[in-house]
Amino acid sequence: MPPCRKDSGNHAILSRLSIPFSKVLFFRFVRLIRFVPVLIVILGLTISWSSFSAVCAAAGPASKPPTGTPSAGATPAKSAQSQLAAAEERTAPVGHDQGPSALPYVPAPPASPTEVKAIDSPSDHGESITVTWVMSHDDVPATGKVTGYAIMRCETPDGAFEQVSTAPAQSEEYLDTSVSEQVKYSYRVGAICGALVSLSSVAGPIVARQQWFDARVMNLLVIAIILVSAILWFVFQAGRGKKLFIRRISGIEAVEEAVGRATEMGKPILFIPGIQDMDNVQTVAGLTILASVGKLAAQYETKLEVPVSRSLVMSTARETLKQAYLSVGRPDLYSDDMAYYVTDEQFGYVAAVDGIMVREKPATCFYMGAFFAESLILAETGSSVGAIQIAGTAMPTQLPFFVAACDYTLIGEELFAASAYLSQDKRMIGSLKGQDVGKGIAMFFILFGSIVATVGSVSGNSSVAAFTDWLRNLFRLNF
Amino acid sequence: MLRVQIPLIITFIVGAALIVAVFVPHFPFYEANENFSVYFDLIAVFAFILGGGNLLKIHGDRIWKKGRDWKYSMVTVVGFLAMLIVGALKIGGPPGLTGDVSADGSWFGFMYDAIFVPLQSTMFSLLAFFVASASYRAFRAKTKEASMLLVAAFIILIGRTPLGHYMTGWLPPELQFLHVPNLSNWILSIPNMAGQRAIMIGIALGIISTSLKLILGIERSYLGGESK
Repeated sequence: MPPCRKDSGNHAILSRLSIPFSKVLFFRFVRLIRFVPVLIVILGLTISWSSFSAVCAAAGPASKPPTGTPSAGATPAKSAQSQLAAAEERTAPVGHDQGPSALPYVPAPPASPTEVKAIDSPSDHGESITVTWVMSHDDVPATGKVTGYAIMRCETPDGAFEQVSTAPAQSEEYLDTSVSEQVKYSYRVGAICGALVSLSSVAGPIVARQQWFDARVMNLLVIAIILVSAILWFVFQAGRGKKLFIRRISGIEAVEEAVGRATEMGKPILFIPGIQDMDNVQTVAGLTILASVGKLAAQYETKLEVPVSRSLVMSTARETLKQAYLSVGRPDLYSDDMAYYVTDEQFGYVAAVDGIMVREKPATCFYMGAFFAESLILAETGSSVGAIQIAGTAMPTQLPFFVAACDYTLIGEELFAASAYLSQDKRMIGSLKGQDVGKGIAMFFILFGSIVATVGSVSGNSSVAAFTDWLRNLFRLNF
Repeated sequence: MLRVQIPLIITFIVGAALIVAVFVPHFPFYEANENFSVYFDLIAVFAFILGGGNLLKIHGDRIWKKGRDWKYSMVTVVGFLAMLIVGALKIGGPPGLTGDVSADGSWFGFMYDAIFVPLQSTMFSLLAFFVASASYRAFRAKTKEASMLLVAAFIILIGRTPLGHYMTGWLPPELQFLHVPNLSNWILSIPNMAGQRAIMIGIALGIISTSLKLILGIERSYLGGESK
């Protein structure tokens, strides 16, 4: 064996020099000892370099942050992506220990929100996703450790999450309205504590879809079904010949008297169907009354003028009058010039109609439709020329002016009922009885609700108060 | 018959679609209300030509025949044509289809600001005088109801002015409910509000009933047909 042969050789040399083997070992030990200071110096330099690097890494912004060593009181990361990266690193388990004297105290990251769920928001047209979660255990108002929740979203479960918004502390729901239809979204929610963000697990993917029913207006649907059913039932009953009682409305009964007065005086009748267009139901109601007034005017051969402020109203008024004159056998009295256009401008229209009133001094003025500030100017001018005036509008703010300035006023619903009264059509009258059912229901619940609310307020009973709230919400419209 | 039947069918389809749109937030019903409003505006714009033509015809005939008050008709026609020509040609303003017709320096803008707006304001200011004359008639205490109206109006008028604060500001805290501004607020927010709401409920029911009659074709007099 070569090593044995080599050792044998050394022993032979030493034997030849006559130096004892123990001394040889001693010399070799001394030779090694002299390198120890050198090793100590090298080791010292190494330790010093490591410490210097660690300090630089902690202080320098461009250098990589050490794992699990966020600086206390640092501001949250600016961009969502950098915040997410920082969050993932900072919420990771603490790595190597660098000694208690190397770095300051590091707060523990907050507990993550749990049970994160993302659902397609109900009753919408696919414009939102609702994200819910259970609050972080560290979200306690007294400590203020959690300052909010970061809502993170991505379009693929494994993709990069981006922060879409921030929900306040103590919240457990967020409505994300910045979504597009047919796109799959995944969500994470992060509890924010200064620069720390503890992210939840991923919820989703979820897609925002258009819904086929808006459950928020269920109460409206029920009310509408009851009212429509009542109206249709009474229309049907009236159609079968059942006699229905309706109360008298003096303003409507005065229509014939007003037309007769104009006939006796030999002066024209002025009919104003409001200043709104045909898309307003008050204008339609006004024109249905015009049909009845037109028939009377045709029968009495009285001049009728209908200045209008909308072109479509002019066309409709002409058709209405043409049919009215035809139905009483006096098409010869009809002229297209009876209904004419003035202007769309509110006060320009008022000036023109006032001028007509002052010059022609009509014996009768009808104001049936939607009116605004011009109502009183028109009615007062009509009053000043001595005309008998009948007004009807569903604009609550204008009703006092008409009441003050006109002889008769159809208040609100009476405007819509006038057509049925004047035509004496059985089915139309039946519809009025249906309305009465609606009024009866409204009266009952107003009275009942008032009593319940009063009892709840006086007694202080929480059950009664809760019932009052339920009753109030029953009639609340959630558009 | 088709002249009435076709509009009735269209009314039924559109009316039913708009009712469904309230409860169904799904295409094609969602935003149907807004879309139909846009269609209506488009039709109304074209109908404006009809209105302008009618205006010229009525007043042109009167001028031509030297009818009654034909001079007023002359003013109307001249004013209408002046605004129409200046606006259509965009005199003094940025030209082209996209040019702002009422831009600074345009004749149309000048005529609108210097002539039309003052005339409009003049008409509106007449309202103050008419309110006074109508109030005078309405508040004459001829009946019990009119007397109540007068008292309520007086309290509200005084309560809305500094005079109301001076008149009863000295009242002790336990009688503050008699302070005129407080009485004024009470009248407005309790009896007045109750009356307004009652009217609003009636109006809502009336609109539902009328709309139903229109959609189902029970009421068709606005189409030139008899009610069925």
